[in-house]
Amino acid sequence: MTGPEAPGLLDGPLSPARPLRASGTLFAFALDTFRALPRRPFQLREFVQQTWFVASVTILPTALVAIPFGAVIALQLGSLTRQLGAQSFTGSASVLAVLREASPIVTALLIAGAGGSAICADLGARKIRDEIDAMEVLGINPIQRLVVPRVLAAMLVATLLNGLVSVVGVAGGYFFNVVLQGGTPGAYLASFGALAQVEDFWSGEIKALVFGLIAGIVASYKGLRAGGGPKGVGDAVNQSVVITFLLLFAVNFVMTAIYFQLVPPKGQ
Amino acid sequence: MGVAVQVEGLTKSFGSQNIWSDVTLTLPPGEISVLLGPSGTGKSVFLKSLVGLLKPERGSIVISDTDIVRCGEQRLYEVRKLFGVLFQDGALFGSMNLFDNIAFPLREHTRKGESEVRRIVLEKMDMVGLQGAEGKLPGEISGGMRKRAGLARALVLDPEIILFDEPDSGLDPVRVAYLNQLIVDLNAQIDATFLIVTHDIGTARTVPDNLGLLYRKHLAMFGPREQLLTSQEPVVQQFLNGRREGPIGMSEEKDVAQVEAEMAALQARGGDRHNGVGPKGAVGGDAVPPQLDPSPGLPERRAQRRRQERVARMLHDFDPATADAIRASLPADLLAQVDAGVFAPTVGAHGRHWDPTQAVGVLPGPRDGR
Repeated sequence: MTGPEAPGLLDGPLSPARPLRASGTLFAFALDTFRALPRRPFQLREFVQQTWFVASVTILPTALVAIPFGAVIALQLGSLTRQLGAQSFTGSASVLAVLREASPIVTALLIAGAGGSAICADLGARKIRDEIDAMEVLGINPIQRLVVPRVLAAMLVATLLNGLVSVVGVAGGYFFNVVLQGGTPGAYLASFGALAQVEDFWSGEIKALVFGLIAGIVASYKGLRAGGGPKGVGDAVNQSVVITFLLLFAVNFVMTAIYFQLVPPKGQ
Repeated sequence: MGVAVQVEGLTKSFGSQNIWSDVTLTLPPGEISVLLGPSGTGKSVFLKSLVGLLKPERGSIVISDTDIVRCGEQRLYEVRKLFGVLFQDGALFGSMNLFDNIAFPLREHTRKGESEVRRIVLEKMDMVGLQGAEGKLPGEISGGMRKRAGLARALVLDPEIILFDEPDSGLDPVRVAYLNQLIVDLNAQIDATFLIVTHDIGTARTVPDNLGLLYRKHLAMFGPREQLLTSQEPVVQQFLNGRREGPIGMSEEKDVAQVEAEMAALQARGGDRHNGVGPKGAVGGDAVPPQLDPSPGLPERRAQRRRQERVARMLHDFDPATADAIRASLPADLLAQVDAGVFAPTVGAHGRHWDPTQAVGVLPGPRDGR
């Protein structure tokens, strides 16, 4: 039997394996969640409650953010297209920007910021009160009982919210372009029809679905690993929001690149 | 009958920090054991390892023929159904009222109807003296009530092993006395294996059949209560008498010369028996106080006779003082058998001293509709 070895310089906080290990455990947690997904009994009650909860904390802020977001894009594109002499394409450009990019990102930021932080704080508080341990000892897998319904709820609400943001954003863009910038309704709708395609909407929905998944998994992962008392829960919430945002933008880039490979732009 | 827990060579570290190593003990089926130890010696870590919440690096924990250190996750969830655990603060689910908390395991693991669930929950609440508090939320009740509600929830699936993490913490002495009586009464009623982790010496002296002490990353001693109560081991004596004089220091161990000087001063005052009263019920030197009996009207503890036969087999292992204390606890018929040589020493039993084939409980199948 050998005793524990003395720690070297690269052990502990300086270890080069540390970031790898952290991302590895997050990934393993995600796999555990997928494995628990088909396991019966499905927690329908918890799923409905969580969906309602995530929706209730995100709907209002999302709608309130979507209006100025659509307006900003309309204003920017309106002046840019006028400078380029392509006012007639304002409609299509603004719709594409909202549908493809702005809407899933706004949705994801709010799902992560409002829904994910609430999920993380809830699970973290249960963890430090030993509730999660108690649940495991009672023979109940907390991933199946708590995490799966929350992740599914975040995904469902994200796709639904994405639809809401798309509608509100497009309507806001129309209002600003036609009423405030003196654009013509006909040109706005015609150019919209000329360049936008239904795949743009689907790409936004798929992005929102994936962003909801990431937000749910990261929030649950950080919540279930909270430790060190109430401060640990605060830290976990903070980290979960930051990690989700970082992952969102990285994944968004990859998904956008894939989208342009898979879906040929209209009008070529 | 409760299930035996056989721990062998268990070692746990967090990173490079060793918590304890080579812990070997057996919780005999149906008996009450108490694990003592200075703060920070990893008693809670030991409890969490027993239920598989933490994975030790080496060693084995065998429960019902399953080594839970190595078994798969599904099997672990099955074995856990044998356990009831009382966490320090009860660990009730904050969003549910007491009734739903206690009904939770039944609703998750059985297909009982709501009226059946209600009957069982009310019965367990009655057992721990919580009648009429079904609708209260955990945040609205006192710490003692939370503990008792946690205990009721731990009892609801008829566990074979119950673990108590500091049941006395945060309670006044009268409530601790009631809780101790409740523990003994429960043991008489359900005959499960109990392990109590505590700092309360009064509890350790009067409640258990077996005592253990974790110290300096090892299990210093584990055995029948008489063995520790009469022990001449300085660490055990110091802990059971709750005094400063001895090898255990405030934050680390002391040097030998200081310990010797302290012990000489203690002897000059007349030793532990004349040292007055220590904190947390620590009093009495090496006296062996009588064990708590179940309340009148309850059946006798079935573990009592099993234990008497078990320790009768062990008598040859002990020094004269301990052996005398154990003999004093045995009934006349057993003593006569001991003296007639009926109980041959069980050689090579690794301190187990009972027939392990009788001690194997049967695991319930998944969703067996209990």
